[in-house]
Amino acid sequence: MAEHYKPFKYMPWEMSLEERFQEYHPAYSEREAVVEANRCLFCHDAPCMVACPTTIDIPTFIRKISTGNVKGSARTILESNLLGATCSRVCPVEVLCEGDCVLAHDHKPIAIGRLQRYAMDYAAERNIEFFQKGEPNGFKVAVVGAGPAGLSCSGELAKRGFDVTCFEKREWGGGLDTYGIVVFREPVEVSLNEVKMIEKLGVTIKTNVEIGKDITFEQLVDEFDAVFVSVGLGAVPEMQIPGEDLEGVLDGLEFIEETKVRPLNDIKYGDRVCVIGAGNTGIDCATIARRLGSERVNMIYRRSEAEMPAYHFEYQFALKEGVSFMFLTQPVEVIGEGGKVKALKCRRMDLGEPDASGRRAPVEVPGSDFEIPCDMVITAIGQKKHSHITEKLAKFGIKTVKGYIAVDEKTNRTDHPKIYAGGDCVRSHGEASTVMAVEDGKIAANGIHRALCGEGVKAELLPTHASKR
Amino acid sequence: MANLEIDFCGIKSPNPFWLASAPPANSGYQVQKAFEQGWGGAVWKTIGAPVMNVCNRYGTIDYKGSKIIGLNNVELISDRPVDVNLREIAEVKRNFPNNAVIVSVMVESKKEAWQEIIKRSEDTGCDGFELNFGCPHGMSERGMGSAMGQVPEYTCMVTEWVMEVATKPVIVKLTPNITDIGFPARSAIKGGASALSLINTINSIMGVDLDSFEIKPNVGGKGGHGGYAGPAVKPIALHLLSSVASDPEVLKSGVPISGMGGIETWRDAVEFMLLGSTSVQVCTAVMHWGFRIVEDMIDGMSNWMDERGFKTCNDFIGKSLPRISNFGDFDLGFQTVARINHDKCIQCNLCYIACNDAAHQCIDLHDMKLKDVGNGNGRMFPVVREKDCVGCDLCSVVCPVDDCISMVEIETGRPHTTWNELSKKRPEITQEWDKMEAYRDEVGIHIH
Ligand SMILES: Cc1cc2nc3c(=O)[nH]c(=O)nc-3n(C[C@H](O)[C@H](O)[C@H](O)COP(=O)(O)OP(=O)(O)OC[C@H]3O[C@@H](n4cnc5c(N)ncnc54)[C@H](O)[C@@H]3O)c2cc1C
Ligand SMILES: Cc1cc2nc3c(=O)[nH]c(=O)nc-3n(C[C@H](O)[C@H](O)[C@H](O)COP(=O)(O)O)c2cc1C
Ligand code: SF4
Repeated sequence: MAEHYKPFKYMPWEMSLEERFQEYHPAYSEREAVVEANRCLFCHDAPCMVACPTTIDIPTFIRKISTGNVKGSARTILESNLLGATCSRVCPVEVLCEGDCVLAHDHKPIAIGRLQRYAMDYAAERNIEFFQKGEPNGFKVAVVGAGPAGLSCSGELAKRGFDVTCFEKREWGGGLDTYGIVVFREPVEVSLNEVKMIEKLGVTIKTNVEIGKDITFEQLVDEFDAVFVSVGLGAVPEMQIPGEDLEGVLDGLEFIEETKVRPLNDIKYGDRVCVIGAGNTGIDCATIARRLGSERVNMIYRRSEAEMPAYHFEYQFALKEGVSFMFLTQPVEVIGEGGKVKALKCRRMDLGEPDASGRRAPVEVPGSDFEIPCDMVITAIGQKKHSHITEKLAKFGIKTVKGYIAVDEKTNRTDHPKIYAGGDCVRSHGEASTVMAVEDGKIAANGIHRALCGEGVKAELLPTHASKR
Repeated sequence: MANLEIDFCGIKSPNPFWLASAPPANSGYQVQKAFEQGWGGAVWKTIGAPVMNVCNRYGTIDYKGSKIIGLNNVELISDRPVDVNLREIAEVKRNFPNNAVIVSVMVESKKEAWQEIIKRSEDTGCDGFELNFGCPHGMSERGMGSAMGQVPEYTCMVTEWVMEVATKPVIVKLTPNITDIGFPARSAIKGGASALSLINTINSIMGVDLDSFEIKPNVGGKGGHGGYAGPAVKPIALHLLSSVASDPEVLKSGVPISGMGGIETWRDAVEFMLLGSTSVQVCTAVMHWGFRIVEDMIDGMSNWMDERGFKTCNDFIGKSLPRISNFGDFDLGFQTVARINHDKCIQCNLCYIACNDAAHQCIDLHDMKLKDVGNGNGRMFPVVREKDCVGCDLCSVVCPVDDCISMVEIETGRPHTTWNELSKKRPEITQEWDKMEAYRDEVGIHIH
């Protein structure tokens, strides 16, 4: 009997550490995939396809699963999204394709993400190579950062014959797909496989090279015909409260990263953990801590449930994993003993008038301070912008919006004719996600292609949401 | 990548996928849209005699949540005048010189009428003709369609009239509403046909409404037989195709066949081609899903060909035909038994009840304690008593789990003979029960 037919019960003590970090959704068997694929109505002008930021032809790839043409299905996906394997696992499908499925009204929406993963796994298991490097066209492009935006742009350009060099400051490519997505959502190998696929298209990926330090942006602009900046965002910002430097206070991103790159047994976790922030990253930290073995995990958020930035399904997931939530609670100090975390001092909050973000602003309740005993505090209150990079780019006349690089939406070009940008580093509005980064890479590839080879190349360009606008 | 081009008695097509003569091939707008999306050819909606259509033309079989397993229609041939159709055909052929455009025709049983419409159609630049001897409703009552196709002499005669004037290939489309399709197939060839196509739709009544007592489809309170098509008819079409394709006279003539009836996916198409179709035609699936299904048909077929190393369609057309055989030539010594994979078994025990109530009572339920089944609910496992299993295959077809019950060939030492051989060598065995019993004893067959 297949394991996953059993109702999910949270009993970590019954599972080994490795089991707890297996992919949360088991892969579909062939039969499950075909049965689910056959539920798809194959709508005309399908809303799922419109909801997909990369415009994958979803009805077609699903139909191909149902007819047994799984190889063709994988090709259909990759033609619109080279990182289809990652996206099938990490995309917030509930608010994208599946959320718009016509069956979502009164039936169950089609499990598009899992079907996509089935097709991607099929192709990966068989090592099928779908695309080749294009006929060289003589143009050289530099890509800064090998996250999803950088990989997507590199791959699309290589397919069209550009000579692409992608610089990555870290040891491995993949960006947050490799270092930031929790393993039970996406194993590291899936992301690294995509990096390999991009390399096979002829892209040179130079790791351990930081642009702005090892090589300057000026050098890139001199040496290459175009530069795509996809550096993502930085570390979690400081909370600016006392006690932040105590042993036991962790940057959420580093905490997640450990579970991706180190043996699970080596990872330190607290018995009682406070996670600060209630975004998706916070949820990831909290659920990881639970699966590692933390007895008590509290998520501390200064606003209420209604304002929390995490997706509803992520919130539900955390509750199921046994995470507790403390809303309207503001951390004011990390209290230590012998240099180590002992408790988190918090203050109760109330909701006042709406603030600039349109959400009701939290207001302190005087004299309401209390302490939560804990031995670990994980911060997950967003990511810092790479100001050192935007400062360097400012010299090229490149402007920013709220600290993000400013670009033209249709081409992802910055104010400098040779410099393009995309991914989290330009996401001044909208949800930062892998699939949006992939789409940004495509838009920039189209933009670069057109700028360097002329308007005539239109016909072979990929459908993008920007071109639909 | 595989080359899907075909040459159908001189008609060239970029791939074997053609629209069947039916509503999707009704107008220039539709056929051009279909070609743009990848269809290799189209047999235009039948043109000819003047007609008037009725309302509510379709009835369907929807089976357990799936829509249109079968589709029935009481539609007639094109209800647009012949010259409008011919004008559009000419335009489509001009715009798509590399796609196959075939004109389907049907007129009353008069030599002049047939010859005139063929001559007029030739001027369009079309690639060939299809003679509609198959429509089973509306037209047949007027002596056309299947009324011609069901009388082999008429089939031959009209084909001859057409061949006298046609300078392009002529396909005769056969009706399945006949006891032995070999007769009209051979008559068409006798009349000089360049190719055959089949099947047209099958006589049917789709159902009756339990509340209103109306017939489906309901035409103003009345209903009648209509033509049945769609996935449900595929097995019938495959049978008729294989019997035409393996008919000695058809084989000798070497005419190609265009197969249809229930084709919805590239897999269906491959099956038709393995049984001798050179091109395949599709109607119902397009009516259900639109022209866009052809993309997967092309992609799926070419991926399948690549996987097997087939470079062109000719490498596999007819490949399964030699396996079509008669019951009398089947191997009586071939023995299989059912084996249940208990690691896969989910204990629905449908196999048990099927064998017990409808086969040979040779599956037992055992408390096997093979493995921990969760809460230890004490359900029994089905176990085949192999020595009693007659190898009928019923348990395996009812099993809902893939690859759980397999039919495994076993060597019994029994002679590999056939009924025909037996009737020739030892006729008494095939005629008398006690001799049969003795023979079974002799070779070790014990029917439980
Ligand atoms: C914890 C966490 C969980 C997430 N979970 C999801 C999820 O489930 N689903 C989802 O869709 N999205 C998720 N996201 C968001 C998603 O990961 C990002 O939106 C996406 O990775 C952005 O892609 P990017 O290419 O713009 O940036 P990144 O993935 O950040 O990649 C940027 C790359 O640039 C490199 N780089 C930076 N500076 C330089 C330099 N100077 N020189 C060379 N290289 C440089 C970095 O090392 C990095 O590899 C999550 C994010 C976080 C933080
Ligand atoms: C609504 C409808 C109209 C049809 N009209 C014609 C026709 O005009 N001429 C003809 O030769 N066949 C006609 N057919 C038969 C089809 O061409 C085809 O032989 C049959 O539908 C089987 O294929 P399918 O299962 O793909 O539908 C018609 C079928 C349908 C369903
Ligand atoms: S399919 Fe079109 S023509 Fe037919 S009944 Fe519906 S709307 Fe009318």
